[in-house]
Amino acid sequence: MSQYTAVTDADLAEMLSAIGVGSVQELFDRQIPADVRLGRPLDLPEGMPEQDVYAHLRDLAARNTGAEDEITFLGAGMYDHYVPAVIDMLLGRSEFLTPYTPYQPEVSQGNLQVMFEYQTAISELTGLPVSNASVYEGPSAVASAGYLARLANGRPKFVVSRGLHPHSRETLATYAHGFGAEIVEVGLRDGVTDPEAWAAAIDGETGAVFFAQPNFLGAVEDAEALAAAAKDSPAVVVGQYDPIPLGVLKPPGECGVDVAVGEGQTLGNRLDFGGPSFGFFAATEAYLRRMPGRIAGETVDADGRRGFVLTLQTREQHIRREKATSNICTAQALNALAGVVYLTWLGREGLVELGELLLQRTHHARERLTALDGVTALHDQPVVREFAVALDVGGTDGVRRVIARCQEAGVNPGYALGRDYEEYGDGLLVALTEQRSAADIDRLAEVLGAAVAAERADAEVAAS
Amino acid sequence: MQRDRATTIFEKGAAGRRAFVAPKLDVPEADADTLLPAHLRRSAPARLPEVSEPELVRHYVKISRRNFDLDTGFYPLGSCTMKHNPRLHERVAALSGHSRLHPMQSPEHAQGALELMYNLERALGEVSGLPHVSLQPSAGSHGELAGVLLTRAFHEDRGQQRHTVLTPDTSHGTNPATVTMAGYTVVKVGTNVDGGVDLDDLRAKADEDVACLMLTNPNTLGVFDPNITEIARIVHDVGATLYYDGANLNAIMGKARPGDMGFDIVHFNLHKSFTQPHGGGGPGSGPIAVSERMRPYLMNPRIVRAQDGSFDLDEQGYEKSIGRLRGFQGNYGCFVRSYAYICSLGAEGLRDASETAVLNANYLLAKLREHGVADKLPLAFGELCMHEFVLSGSPMKKDLGIKTLDLAKRLLDHGYHPPTVYFPLLVDEALLVEPTETETKETLDGFAAAIAAILAEAAEDPAIAQNAPYTTPVRRLDEAAAAKTPRIRQPIET
Repeated sequence: MSQYTAVTDADLAEMLSAIGVGSVQELFDRQIPADVRLGRPLDLPEGMPEQDVYAHLRDLAARNTGAEDEITFLGAGMYDHYVPAVIDMLLGRSEFLTPYTPYQPEVSQGNLQVMFEYQTAISELTGLPVSNASVYEGPSAVASAGYLARLANGRPKFVVSRGLHPHSRETLATYAHGFGAEIVEVGLRDGVTDPEAWAAAIDGETGAVFFAQPNFLGAVEDAEALAAAAKDSPAVVVGQYDPIPLGVLKPPGECGVDVAVGEGQTLGNRLDFGGPSFGFFAATEAYLRRMPGRIAGETVDADGRRGFVLTLQTREQHIRREKATSNICTAQALNALAGVVYLTWLGREGLVELGELLLQRTHHARERLTALDGVTALHDQPVVREFAVALDVGGTDGVRRVIARCQEAGVNPGYALGRDYEEYGDGLLVALTEQRSAADIDRLAEVLGAAVAAERADAEVAAS
Repeated sequence: MQRDRATTIFEKGAAGRRAFVAPKLDVPEADADTLLPAHLRRSAPARLPEVSEPELVRHYVKISRRNFDLDTGFYPLGSCTMKHNPRLHERVAALSGHSRLHPMQSPEHAQGALELMYNLERALGEVSGLPHVSLQPSAGSHGELAGVLLTRAFHEDRGQQRHTVLTPDTSHGTNPATVTMAGYTVVKVGTNVDGGVDLDDLRAKADEDVACLMLTNPNTLGVFDPNITEIARIVHDVGATLYYDGANLNAIMGKARPGDMGFDIVHFNLHKSFTQPHGGGGPGSGPIAVSERMRPYLMNPRIVRAQDGSFDLDEQGYEKSIGRLRGFQGNYGCFVRSYAYICSLGAEGLRDASETAVLNANYLLAKLREHGVADKLPLAFGELCMHEFVLSGSPMKKDLGIKTLDLAKRLLDHGYHPPTVYFPLLVDEALLVEPTETETKETLDGFAAAIAAILAEAAEDPAIAQNAPYTTPVRRLDEAAAAKTPRIRQPIET
């Protein structure tokens, strides 16, 4: 018996007698052949009491530098937004935390309604009529959109902007290799997808095109123009969107985008070192029956009362098996709940206000940093929450050292772009949220200015 | 549970109401139109709900009460493993060093997280008998995709193009769906009279075009396939890989290991075997473990430990990697919980979990026999079972006029979540029962008695079960109507 099992000696005797065996071991001996039985204990440490486990996990946590331990401007796909207290409270309720997938709708109306509300909120956010009830996270959502295109038109070429998150590009490539599609990458010019190269890459063989809004360099793309370039081809237009800037940016549904996907972490989910969060997936009506994952729908019960069920399940793996539109079974229901609660908490005006605040702060931070010696803008496109600068410190290693110097002073200035983009070896990607105040931006400017100066001074000494 | 009419959050509130107060604009204000030109701008706000915080809280608390949940009720849900979720896990996962750790934080500033992941990899390697582990996949089916893509890379590396993957007809629906997504064709293998793989059918279908056989052992019939080493030999003889669907791993922890049975790849459902709250359908986590020959193809980045004991993420760690399957490092929040579970139980506790799961399943089966319902709900295969078992409701339907679905719905009125119904597909009127190790004998006794009571009642009047449930927030729902004219969002008055 452990702390999570409950069989007493008296129970055991009764249970074995009811079964008609002499021991638990006999149950295994009679079913598992001797040659595949493990004849020794697992080579793992002994179990620990709860307080020791807590202490161990706390010690591990203390060896990480979280967003409470420094002033951080790190983004690059996940952002340190404030998570309102109501989310902790609601997600902690056992009725939301511990139920299973709502296969028995009569006792799952809470979850099914949450899914229905979530779908409504994502539709409103994206301006697209249909939404599923979540997929794993951002990059696999992009890859799932690729699979949707594969099912829809079977064309073998995917045109992908280099502004798409590197993890999205890699994930899409991994999936596409499986189902047999080739990736053609289109480079960036002045911080955005090169419009001529983009148009030239799209042809009759193109099954889907992919871009990010804003893109990985923080630049706002002309999404409408990117989508328009594909309008005479059969290609599915896929945009990966950051949902918070959608408070101020033209929604994908008004830009000619067929499938809008993205990382939902910024909607009420924690950073959690990269997960769990959720991916959203919205589309035009034409793709409703090709969408991956679960969808909730409205119906009535035997007494005519309004109710909700999982619907269009014939797309799903548990019914269609090899003909399913995806293999997703367990997705991210609890994280999607955080998403819809967060959007409700912000409300209609709040999302706009948050977007405007980010727009102002990001612009201000860019002004402040590019006024520093040795710091220049990498592009001058519109930016909403994140921007890229170049540090004149001799490339990626220099940028990494500058970041380390800043962290010693308690400020994380952002992400070294050279980790993913050779062509921007001197790039630094700086992200804002509502949690980074004007004072924090001042501090960033001060610390970064000093770190760049120190790095350049050291380099000069080394060179002489 | 609440029974009032369902109203969505979009039907509540009033224009101008809000829960959010924006932080003050504390930077010099620039002309917003020059920062973001009109042609890139949204023209009207998204029509999100407009409610106060008290309205928001009350709405979601109210609808939460229209849910059945594991903390208040028994879920004998076969193949889904609904075991107790220790609250310690929520506490440790919420520590800011874990929960507010940025995934792009440099490895020097994430040593605790990397050590946790490294230790978890080692533990999963030991439990499975396959030493090389990647934690990246987001769910079991995502782990399956990883495994099949690894198989593809393995064959391509040997210059081979193979086209088919074998799955038994008892397999989880995710297996065939995964196979297709990974660009292979599914070939079904039959089941023999004992509930195991039909070896003759397997021999007939195993050829040089087969890339892989996907199997779970014990399988979804609750049967441990005694021919597993022979199955492995047949598959390996044609150069294919053997894939272990880990959905049922919780039946054998510390008792037997997929690696020792000849499997090349295994996925874990951390949310089943190693406890995660199911959250109404996620998050999950689906790490994979592989044998030496599959190691070079694992997903990058790889967690590595240096001589000085420090940890790093190596983007090129696996030389022939299939790449990435998702962003960042995987569902780390789930790793924290499962790692805490393994620390709590240790080697002995994990073995106890499997032993008790198997004990409870066999006891429940015996108890149903004791109630004399075995003639109406016979065990589909075998005498004993592993951690779950399949009953067939076929005689019940014939003799009493109630289907497995009716029985399931009537169980709701007794306060139980029904077992999995109509799966696996090859059993007529299937009822797949998994009591899990965390349930008490009293709970199992109560559940068996409820089944017996429902059958006795149906013998008198089948209409009672046929029209069930009666006590739930809504009565039986019209699923056909929902699919015919999909209404999947709330219409909004602007």
